[in-house]
Amino acid sequence: MAGADVKHNYHLVNPSPWPLVGAISAAMMAIGAINWMQTGESGVGLMLGGFDAQNNPNFALPGGNWLFLIGLGSILITMLGWWRDVIKESLTGENTAFVVRLGLRYGMVLFIASEVMFFVAWFWAFFGAALFPGAFDPVILADGSQMLNASGDLAFTGNEGRLHATGGVWPPVGIEPLNAWHLPLINTLVLLLSGTTVTWAHHAIQHGDRKGLVQGLAVTIALGAFFTFLQASEYTEALTSGMFKFSGGGIYGASFFMATGFHGLHVIIGTIFLSVCLLRAIRGQFTADRHFGLEAAAWYWHFVDVVWLFLFASIYVLGNQGLLS
Amino acid sequence: MSDAHAAHADHDHQPPFFVRWFYSTNHKDIGTLYLILAIIAGIAGGAMSGLIRMELAEPGITFLTAFTDQNLPPEAQIVAASNFYNVLITYHGLMMIFFMVMPALIGGFGNWFVPIMIGAPDMAFPRMNNISFWLYVASGVLVTLSLLSPGYAQQLGFAGGWVLYPPLSSTVGSPGPAMDFLILAIHLAGASSILGAINFITTIFNMRAPGMTLHKMPLFVWSVLVTAFLLVLSLPVLAGAITMLLTDRNFGTAFFDSAQGGDPLLFQHLFWFFGHPEVYILILPGFGLISHIVSTFSKKPIFGYLGMAYAMVAIGFVGFIVWAHHMYTVGLSVNMKAYFVAATMVIAVPTGIKIFSWIATMWGGSIEFRTPMIWAIGFIFVFTLGGVTGVVLANAGVDHYMHDTYYVVAHFHYTMSLGAVFAIFAGWYYWFPKMTGKLYREWLGNLHFVFMFVGVNLVFFPQHFLGLQGMPRRIVDYPEAYTYWNQLSTIGYLVTAFGVVVFVVCMIDAFFFYRRKADANPWGVGATTLEWTLPSPPPFHQFNELPRFDTDDAKAF
Repeated sequence: MAGADVKHNYHLVNPSPWPLVGAISAAMMAIGAINWMQTGESGVGLMLGGFDAQNNPNFALPGGNWLFLIGLGSILITMLGWWRDVIKESLTGENTAFVVRLGLRYGMVLFIASEVMFFVAWFWAFFGAALFPGAFDPVILADGSQMLNASGDLAFTGNEGRLHATGGVWPPVGIEPLNAWHLPLINTLVLLLSGTTVTWAHHAIQHGDRKGLVQGLAVTIALGAFFTFLQASEYTEALTSGMFKFSGGGIYGASFFMATGFHGLHVIIGTIFLSVCLLRAIRGQFTADRHFGLEAAAWYWHFVDVVWLFLFASIYVLGNQGLLS
Repeated sequence: MSDAHAAHADHDHQPPFFVRWFYSTNHKDIGTLYLILAIIAGIAGGAMSGLIRMELAEPGITFLTAFTDQNLPPEAQIVAASNFYNVLITYHGLMMIFFMVMPALIGGFGNWFVPIMIGAPDMAFPRMNNISFWLYVASGVLVTLSLLSPGYAQQLGFAGGWVLYPPLSSTVGSPGPAMDFLILAIHLAGASSILGAINFITTIFNMRAPGMTLHKMPLFVWSVLVTAFLLVLSLPVLAGAITMLLTDRNFGTAFFDSAQGGDPLLFQHLFWFFGHPEVYILILPGFGLISHIVSTFSKKPIFGYLGMAYAMVAIGFVGFIVWAHHMYTVGLSVNMKAYFVAATMVIAVPTGIKIFSWIATMWGGSIEFRTPMIWAIGFIFVFTLGGVTGVVLANAGVDHYMHDTYYVVAHFHYTMSLGAVFAIFAGWYYWFPKMTGKLYREWLGNLHFVFMFVGVNLVFFPQHFLGLQGMPRRIVDYPEAYTYWNQLSTIGYLVTAFGVVVFVVCMIDAFFFYRRKADANPWGVGATTLEWTLPSPPPFHQFNELPRFDTDDAKAF
């Protein structure tokens, strides 16, 4: 902080070790992930700096997930330390001026906007495949016959490989899709209900009702955990009963598991976010007019909810019932 | 001036060295760190382009074989040298875009001057500002490791071009971990840029001095605001695309594998949905600071202030809906191409507004040809040239002939390596006295400009001719017919490299020999933005009492 003659309400933050520690942890986790993915049957991990005349690597890391886990652990410690500092600053009133709270709102809205754009990529992959599972026109030769491709099949313009892989329909031939009106519908209801309970918690604290806040948050967290459980059951069923696969499962398995999987990851993150808020609520850190941490968690939860509605409508209802192609 | 400085000095206590530079929460220190990073990356990327130009100095694969294992048979050396050439062009592009231009313009100048220009004491989230920087360093470490790990057939580095198209970037084209390192490096750089962009938008919306409405805000701040929106909205899409690439490579998904129902074109769409806004991310901050420099040294307010601001908004918006003009030759339908041609042409309108408004600002002004102004005029010249060839390439029919030729290389280097880089140097010479408190010798800055301007034009103007003659890009060798213009281009590189030496001399001279102290405002009455009201260099924390713009004499910039 600058001297005592500061005549503004902005938050001048003291120097902090967490950004540096966090970046080093992120680099360790990234290198560790590649080391883990590169670990072959011999147990040797990442090889750097090329190979010598006998084809041995000049430098190799021991294989396995050790570096990844160290990096991940340090990231978690960074988050814990960093956000503990933020909470401390809010309790001492360093970052609770109106203008600072407004800034935090801008920040959270923009973060959610960037998350929305991240999901755009996964929806793009899904719709690109589900709306256009086939190729375009057949390639007609001068004599009126259809050209054959290298493997002797009829040739088409556009993505011919996709036509042969999917059979030109969505869901692709050989895929047994999940029924939208079974578990996915229950999942939708669970998430929608959790959206109302988090609003209950928010309204409770706005009226200074800490008991209602704790109850509303607890129910929301339980519903979030229940959603994760149901989603895990659904994955297990799809994978074990051979309905469709993730690895080697073609474009259907890839787009389904990555889109719903990243949503599931966000549900878990949101649940943890709400759990932190619950702990803070029990400790009485939220008041009727100052509870932005809770509000941010609620915004995030609604975002996760809306993404699910789009996933449910596009992948399960329209896609799985063959209404897109 | 010394009085003002002394008044600040009592609360101007800086933290000790390690804490100040490694745990920093100060926007000026973080800006300085970004500029240092950009200089290092610029030298690395410039050295790579030197190797490229040396190899292309004459036909045949003659130069890069010296960098291969000399025990190999000659044919294997040729293969290794060709691969090394492809590695060089790939990392040259990534280095210059992600680690030179972006950190310099947004991280460096943006961090330094956005808070000052809006009358704020610091960025909105100073701690987050610091992790943006250190994630960039982490990303740079991963890029370096990528260069040192096997890509294709035990050759070091990824050799598939900076656009990372599959199948060259999938396990078919690059089975080794080099590509995985690049993917995660871009994830980290992307996270860094998104956090930085969120920080800028919040700062600009929330921390402007009382009375500074958006329509009174300096144009550099406007440019960073638009740039930050482009970053927040486009980078996550790239993150999604490279995540798909990562799972395709390592976990058996099929997003880009046609044989399993995927589509390699999906990557190109996602990449360019990011990539086209990215080129405006690179140039918009340059637009902003050129406006200040032209206005300062013409001693006139910028012509058409609002038009200039909203031209940047329009460029940013239209920039999101033109991405497939990078993909005319992939088999898009004619209707699609017609749309993307029309939409792309539209961008020429706001860009024209900017060019003509700069000229109109100079018109009738009392122009002073100081070093930053010379660079700014150089910028206007080269960027106009690059923009005009962009209009040519926007035509799908023409592009079917020009696609992936040296004409494209010439075009984007005129906008980036000349345009963005001239803007960086213009900004550097403009703000150097403010950032360091020191002056430089004008004639050294001018000499730097002369060599750079002649050099880069000599490098890239002949490449238009090579492209029109049909020389493809990203090929290590060429037929003898292309020798003349290639030799000229390589000579241009040497002239440019000498210009960089003059720059280094100019800086060493300014710090250690010339040693003239800069006043708060070394540029005179034309320099009206807030940074010139502070001492040079500014105090560790500025504006403990906020400047006010809600009085009668408040003016727009």
